Amino acid sequence: MEKEKVITAKELTKRFGDFTAVDKITFDVEKGEIFGFLGANGAGKTTAMRMLCGLSLPTSGTATVAGLDVYKQNELIKKRIGYMSQKFSLYEDLTIRENIRFYAGIYGLRDDKIKEKTNILLKQLNLEGQEKTLVRDLPLGWKQKLSFSIAIVHDPAIVFLDEPTGGVDPITRREFWSLIYEASAKGITVFVTTHYMDEAEYCNRVTIMVDGRIDALDSPANLMKEYDTTSMDGVFLQLARKAVRKGD
Amino acid sequence: MKQFLIFIKKEWLHIWRDRRTLVILIWMPVVQILLYGFALTTEVKNSNIAIFDQSRDEATTTISDEIAASRYFSLVQNVYSYNEIGETFRKGKIRMAVVFPRNFRYDLLHANHAQIQLIADASDPNTANTLTNYATSIINDYQQTLNPGEDQPYTINTQTRMLYNPELKGAYSFVPGVMALVLMLVCAMMTSIAIVKEKEEGTMEILLVSPVKPFLIIIAKTIPYLFVSMLNVACILLLSVFVLDVPLVGSLWLLIAESTLFTITSLSLGILISNGAKTQRAAQLASMMSLFLPTLLFSGFLFPVENMPVSLQVISNIVPAKWFYIIVKNIMIKGLGFSYVWKETLVLVGMTVLLLGISVKNFKIRLA
Amino acid sequence: MRTLKLLLQKELIQIVRDPSILRLLFIMPMVQLLIMPLAADYEIKKINLGVVDHDHTQYSQRLVDKIISSGYFRLKDYSPTFPKALQAIASDKTDLVLEIPTHFERDLIQENKAPLLVSIDAINGIKAGLGGAYIQQIIQEYNQDVRDQWLQTPRFNPQPTIEVTFSDWYNPNMNYKVFMVPGILVMLLTIIGSSFAANNIVREKEMGTIEQINVSPIKKWQFILGKLIPFWILAMGVLTFGLIIARLVYGIVPVGHYIDIYIFAAIYLLAILGFGLLLSTYAQTQQQSFIVSFFITMILNLLSGLFTPIESMPQWAQIITKFNPITYFIEVMRMVMLKGSGLADIKSQIFAILGFAVFFNTWAILNYRKRSG
Repeated sequence: MEKEKVITAKELTKRFGDFTAVDKITFDVEKGEIFGFLGANGAGKTTAMRMLCGLSLPTSGTATVAGLDVYKQNELIKKRIGYMSQKFSLYEDLTIRENIRFYAGIYGLRDDKIKEKTNILLKQLNLEGQEKTLVRDLPLGWKQKLSFSIAIVHDPAIVFLDEPTGGVDPITRREFWSLIYEASAKGITVFVTTHYMDEAEYCNRVTIMVDGRIDALDSPANLMKEYDTTSMDGVFLQLARKAVRKGD
Repeated sequence: MKQFLIFIKKEWLHIWRDRRTLVILIWMPVVQILLYGFALTTEVKNSNIAIFDQSRDEATTTISDEIAASRYFSLVQNVYSYNEIGETFRKGKIRMAVVFPRNFRYDLLHANHAQIQLIADASDPNTANTLTNYATSIINDYQQTLNPGEDQPYTINTQTRMLYNPELKGAYSFVPGVMALVLMLVCAMMTSIAIVKEKEEGTMEILLVSPVKPFLIIIAKTIPYLFVSMLNVACILLLSVFVLDVPLVGSLWLLIAESTLFTITSLSLGILISNGAKTQRAAQLASMMSLFLPTLLFSGFLFPVENMPVSLQVISNIVPAKWFYIIVKNIMIKGLGFSYVWKETLVLVGMTVLLLGISVKNFKIRLA
Repeated sequence: MRTLKLLLQKELIQIVRDPSILRLLFIMPMVQLLIMPLAADYEIKKINLGVVDHDHTQYSQRLVDKIISSGYFRLKDYSPTFPKALQAIASDKTDLVLEIPTHFERDLIQENKAPLLVSIDAINGIKAGLGGAYIQQIIQEYNQDVRDQWLQTPRFNPQPTIEVTFSDWYNPNMNYKVFMVPGILVMLLTIIGSSFAANNIVREKEMGTIEQINVSPIKKWQFILGKLIPFWILAMGVLTFGLIIARLVYGIVPVGHYIDIYIFAAIYLLAILGFGLLLSTYAQTQQQSFIVSFFITMILNLLSGLFTPIESMPQWAQIITKFNPITYFIEVMRMVMLKGSGLADIKSQIFAILGFAVFFNTWAILNYRKRSG
């Protein structure tokens, strides 16, 4: 059964002067998938994602997100997506509630809906009663989970996550991924970049980028079979040996 | 020691990589010198005036022509009533009005006495005074022509000699001031912001964990700015001497030594400010308000300190720029030696020691 | 519009939560306003005088007395030789030295001619010029006194004299503060406003929160306006605060109407904040935006007629002042506060500043890219 494609990319390329950061990548993402973009630092994952989010204009190639063209319908795309970056996107000097209100509001949620969502969110994250805490005072793990929850507060079709779990302990990482699973179960497509190979195994399908190209695209199980190894690390090491670009 | 050098190198790279900022730091003194040298002057020239001539006779016309021809004045309007004068003032078009009464020449020749009224816009008292002085002297000159001069008996001949600055060039007064201002800005302001930036980004903690003594890390941050400042001083001196024709009469080495001292004083001030500020934004505002404006005001090159009320004169003593201004003026323009500036030098040294001392203490407290 | 409201709420919360900003915004200007006008006085009041009197006669003493009693000079040094007197000038003890040669009295009375030598520290040109003029004037008067004493002056003056009378309008007490305070207020508003606005967007860039904005449906103009309005409100607050201080501390009350000042200020602040925001869109770090905005604001402040008169500037500089928003505000402030000018009188300035506001803000909005290259 042909599942609806929420992201399509054909020969998508990004050049900065002489340097080709993303080199003619082609791939599709299906609705509800958890799609992982893997690769070493500097491989081009973040650049690729930024093009899909409308943060960076592609040099050539085509792409659609939620059925909309990234070149011409950029601003429309933004209404349908969520985003969370490795640098923090929440306002440290605002409270949890204020952050939710702000982001939910700009995505068009009405006040009553915002209230409702706030309560659900707080409960889900075990932060009940803490809505007046400044984000600055939250531990790192909570900040990240909160960031993610706020990124999907408006029920977007797709949520883009850029290295979301950097710097947290393994337990928090697991909790984070269960949030991702919940979102995926609700029908939200999750597009995530990471350089943690073990997280790859949580995804439905992954691509591995090397030097700006996609060198592998398949489910983790298939890839491990293809490369005859028992972990994604193994797959990656084999591919990465070919890499010309050193990570930053 | 080697580690210290590595730190300095890192700091230098920070500055070097931010080309835009670096360019401005280097150009700032140049632009200031050029501005002050060619555009800004407190001299009064080409002031707009109006004339209300109720006589229109030979005498008033001659005087009017003389005034209009003078480089101090620019005749923009002839008015025909007192109301019109008020209106023109309110519109901001003129600074002074010259009023001739009726029958001016007649009164002058027959009664030996006539009046001219000068109405000045005194919202700027200095300009008003200067304009009325100039106008009066032109009028007096005319009066002299009416009395062909025989040498009067009992005459005192006064010879006036202008020392240090025979052509009364404004540049002589402000070049030392610009030096003080620029050094203060580059060293104190930029340093404090750079240090706070490191704090804000959280990388300061990483540095503090290294084996280099914490205070040396701070010093390392200031070294590149020291270097840029010296470059600035060189630029200023070169421009002053070759473009503005301001001579460097005294010892160049002494000047360089004193400049280095003042640079260190400024850097210490910058460090002190960075101790107090938590965000870059706060450091920026704080340095602007407590460094730039006081230096501008109290160094003495724009406004004479002796004019200020005593309370302010006392305040001016804690502004390092004030002492540096005197030092530079004395060495560069007056050509004096160390014996004339040792007092001020001592003050600067004292300030530096005090500032560094407080900073070190503060630093230690926070670390403990 | 809801988006705009949310943006404004967020900005205001952030400003209020940062105590240092509020403190700096209001305390600093207050301190500056209290100190600066007292300091910013060009008027030369007392000149330090050194005297070398080789004559030591009644006439030389009378001359010195007359000079001192004029009130313009303070006798700070009385040296026996000229080189010593020069030392006093060199060490800034005196500004001017009067040397009375030997036989001064004898030469004046018996030879009809006597010389005097005045040496002036000319580093401060204005001071030197004024000092020279004052002492010349006093010497002339003294000279006339001597003549009157020795000549029979007829009661009826045979020579035509022109009497010059002076009227000072708008500032009868010739108070420099009245002149400087409005201008200083403008300068403070400009520095604070532009550096704040310049800092703001860059800060979000540095912190990373700007990406979240760029990836959202927030429109560019909403974003810029959302930054502009809170600062505008704050700046108007600082203006009010400044005007209150001007009134309470200096007794400066506008001859014109407060409302005219506010109308102009409202537009002016839009222009200045717009300028700051524009810089912010170009800068990559807070350090950069600060130094650039500071540099430009400093130059514009100097070339605005605040400290030095525009008419004295060369043509090219005067042209620059026409492109300087600060020039217009200084003009308007002085016109409304000191001369009672009204809206009709400042029409052209209002148009000019409106132009600046539109120009800077439009450029800022156009230059701000949610999507990079």
